[in-house]
Amino acid sequence: MNYIKLIVLGLITLLAMIAANYARDVAYMVHALIIMVVSGGLFLWVLRNTDEPVPAASLQSTYNDGVIRYGVIATAFWGVVGFLAGTFIAFQLAFPGLNFEWAQGYANFGRLRPLHTSAVIFAFGGNALLATSFYIVQRTSAARLWGGNLAWFVFWGYQLFIVLAATGYLLGGTQSKEYAEPEWYIDLWLTIVWVAYLAVFLGTIIKRKEPHIYVANWFFLAFIVTVAMLHVVNNLTIPVSIFGSKSVIVWAGVQDAMTQWWYGHNAVGFFLTAGFLGMMYYFIPKQAERPVFSYKLSIIHFWALIFLYIWAGPHHLHYTALPDWASTLGMVFSVILWMPSWGGMINGLMTLSGAWDKLRTDPVIRMMVISLGFYGMSTFEGPMMSIRAVNSLSHYTDWTIGHVHSGALGWNGMITFGALYFLVPKLWNKERLYSLSLVSWHFWLATIGIVLYAASMWVTGIMEGLMWREVDANGFLVWSFADTVSAKFPMYVVRGLGGIMFLLGAIIMCYNLWMTATRGPVKETEATAAAVAAE
Amino acid sequence: MSQQDDDLDFETTGHEWDGIKEYNKPLPRWWLYTFYLTIIWGIGYSIAYPAWPGISGATAGVLGFSTRGEVAADIAAVEEANAAINAKLEATELTQISADADLQDFAQNAGAAVFRTWCAQCHGSGAAGAEGYPNLLDDDWLWGGDIEAIHETVTVGIRNTENDDARYSEMPAFGRDELLEEAQITQVVNYVMSLSGEAQDASLVADGAVVFEENCAACHAEDGTGDRSQGAPNLADAIWLYGGDYDALMDTVNNARFGVMPAWGKRLSEAEIRAVSAYVHGLGGGEVLTD
Repeated sequence: MNYIKLIVLGLITLLAMIAANYARDVAYMVHALIIMVVSGGLFLWVLRNTDEPVPAASLQSTYNDGVIRYGVIATAFWGVVGFLAGTFIAFQLAFPGLNFEWAQGYANFGRLRPLHTSAVIFAFGGNALLATSFYIVQRTSAARLWGGNLAWFVFWGYQLFIVLAATGYLLGGTQSKEYAEPEWYIDLWLTIVWVAYLAVFLGTIIKRKEPHIYVANWFFLAFIVTVAMLHVVNNLTIPVSIFGSKSVIVWAGVQDAMTQWWYGHNAVGFFLTAGFLGMMYYFIPKQAERPVFSYKLSIIHFWALIFLYIWAGPHHLHYTALPDWASTLGMVFSVILWMPSWGGMINGLMTLSGAWDKLRTDPVIRMMVISLGFYGMSTFEGPMMSIRAVNSLSHYTDWTIGHVHSGALGWNGMITFGALYFLVPKLWNKERLYSLSLVSWHFWLATIGIVLYAASMWVTGIMEGLMWREVDANGFLVWSFADTVSAKFPMYVVRGLGGIMFLLGAIIMCYNLWMTATRGPVKETEATAAAVAAE
Repeated sequence: MSQQDDDLDFETTGHEWDGIKEYNKPLPRWWLYTFYLTIIWGIGYSIAYPAWPGISGATAGVLGFSTRGEVAADIAAVEEANAAINAKLEATELTQISADADLQDFAQNAGAAVFRTWCAQCHGSGAAGAEGYPNLLDDDWLWGGDIEAIHETVTVGIRNTENDDARYSEMPAFGRDELLEEAQITQVVNYVMSLSGEAQDASLVADGAVVFEENCAACHAEDGTGDRSQGAPNLADAIWLYGGDYDALMDTVNNARFGVMPAWGKRLSEAEIRAVSAYVHGLGGGEVLTD
């Protein structure tokens, strides 16, 4: 298996060399060289690990868990990278001097901001989804991942996509579409990886040994299929040259804006909501050791969510060139989406009924529960902000940033942390986590960090929204834009501090997981236990 | 995996995946009814407002609402409320605006709002300017500081291509275009610095005076106090638009400067221009018209 990987990596290295040689622009050339170095590095890394001992065989050795272990490591790593970038750019906004003169064009806010959003959504969130979906689909289908090494291709291919995207942003290779910044060749690569991902996932479901498909897998499948569609339609570009990074989008004007936010909002809806609900539907009943609250609710809210989410995008374009009718429909579907979104929260929280005492004793389940709390809060806040009158105040302000972060840090972050705490002892065959009190520390640091973040952004968002529209008795504007910027300074510092706390919590988690994987007591499998009993 | 099916009131669906079961509980009533309520509201709202697309257009909604109509109504209301005083502002001689307390008050408020919206980006929200963008609080004016000169500057702008009558002048790039030797430039920079009492090298000042006389005095005047009819800055008042240290002045003489201001006559109403002129004039450095 390693030899195939080595050949593929060697091939990528070679192709990158050729591309670098014929490059039309510097960004493209540097890009190709970076791909070459990264794939070359991975080549050596695989070579080094070829003879490493594999973890002791367990009863679950029929599952492909190796790729999930890598996915867990990648999730933690990219998480810290994304949080670090976010914290840094938060301070760049508070203290513009941090946009260093010597780093202009590479590490100024404009370049680092897409790096942060993509690192958190696609690198951290994406790896979490890859790892957990592979874990869950195997367990709930009682089948090994379909396609043999294809799962490994998906994992490494996705990491390559991340590195390409991130370095592209720093070098200015961007098509300037929010959450879809990577240029055409990176988009093509992701399409290949994504189709492979769909094949592995669907193949595993098709060969399942369980009679029914578990609800978590509905959500994962919806996420994979819809993201494929969104990605392809929003990235229809024509490259200026096959050896250059620049491309031109086929959509124009308001159609382009609408396509972009149809994509953008459903990146939230299917990547960050449907996919993560799939995680929730497995890890919460497992950790709580309780049956799911209601099968009926899960099927109704699944289909309602899937049907409604796809229409909600126009609420990003209220009061723009978008026709009023499209804006109204976006708003109406967003508001109707409120209850279907909450269906997932109710199903998760009510699953705990009869096991609420675990909130006191188990910090991991506490993490999962608070993630549902933030999920419920931001899926209420979202429909509210989509209402035209509210949006006229909130749009373009920091309120939107706060809303996104209560969802991303609170819901996606916390449920992922919970999943990682659940997975690491199982994947590394350990009895338990290294330290539950460190989990508690992480929980409180992250929670207080999110509260500081969300609260400070509510304050600055509503404040600047009100200042922008404030007029005197004669109808004249009271504030200049610069006045509203300088008024936000203290809250920007508070937001940065919230980011530091969240980052600190994640670093504590990495230490805890590392110690669990390397130092934790090995779990006695049933086979060894039986052997001991027989002596 | 423990199996605590102690909730005896409800059965599970009978399915089990990796130890996970599902209760067959009904939908929470409040959830279902709230969902229905939002759907009913959605239908009602999309009848009231423009919503459903057809072949050649969309339903307009029974309320006749449109976002463009809304903002047009808002603007019309403000314009109607201010129509009388705006007309008075346009009819009054610029120099007489300050004589009418109500008009002056209105012009100051309106002008401040115009300034915050259109001028603050370059001149700063406090009008103190920045490097390359004149400070409007002091009494050092490039093109004149009485209210009619300010009004003209705002209307036509400076060195732009939008208005053929834009205020225009161009300093030669003495170094880049090889009009002066490098030594001469060094001398004249030292001379110019001496005008405001900060000469670097006194030995060069005398030679610099000759260079100045021959090359600069035509615009900046013999004594270096400048000429407002050409927008040539006063070089003797220690106020510098692009910096007064040796390096900045070397750069200016070598490459020249070409500060641009838009022609606001194309974008603002006459009343708004008059208001912002009165505002800038009233910031502290405004001069009395003398002719």
